[in-house]
Amino acid sequence: MIEILGWFLIFNGLCFIFFGCLGLVRMPDIYCRLQTATKCVTFGAGSILFGTFLISGFSSIGLKSILCLIFLFLNSPTASHALAYGAFFSGVKPVEKTEIEEDFLKDA
Amino acid sequence: MNTIFIFLGICIFMCIYRIVKGPTPADRSVAIDILGLVIIVYCVFYSLITGIDFYMNIAIAWSIIGFVSSLTLAKFLEGRKFDD
Repeated sequence: MIEILGWFLIFNGLCFIFFGCLGLVRMPDIYCRLQTATKCVTFGAGSILFGTFLISGFSSIGLKSILCLIFLFLNSPTASHALAYGAFFSGVKPVEKTEIEEDFLKDA
Repeated sequence: MNTIFIFLGICIFMCIYRIVKGPTPADRSVAIDILGLVIIVYCVFYSLITGIDFYMNIAIAWSIIGFVSSLTLAKFLEGRKFDD
């Protein structure tokens, strides 16, 4: 039963990774790409790691996947925040469709 | 089992497409970050299927180094000197 749940989580994570990468390709703007890519792929990779933990139990592979899950959940949001910060201050203008109040862009 | 690897190959090709085409350097650094994440998933799958737990070490090391590389790329994007 646990293995079935594990494999279900793995395939669920694969779909998230595919749609995250698809968002990386099709989104019009750096900020939309950043949002879809890092959020979906991080969640997908996290559920795959948790799926491997469910499948392999408390063996060496399972505990290492939990450790990788912790590192991933700590790393990826901060990395994407730093990338968005860097992109904003490197003068990348968001696409015209996004509505921004005027004084927001003055320091970019 | 190899369908999963082909599936991940498609995701890697999408990241490479964004690396090649990305107009701004920020797109390229995002795509490199995501490429690292897909490679982590690749390593995890390989260790799950073959049962060798050494590949999990690669996945953990790759996630840490990918994080540091993303931070450095973001700092490089800002264009400021590294001292402040």
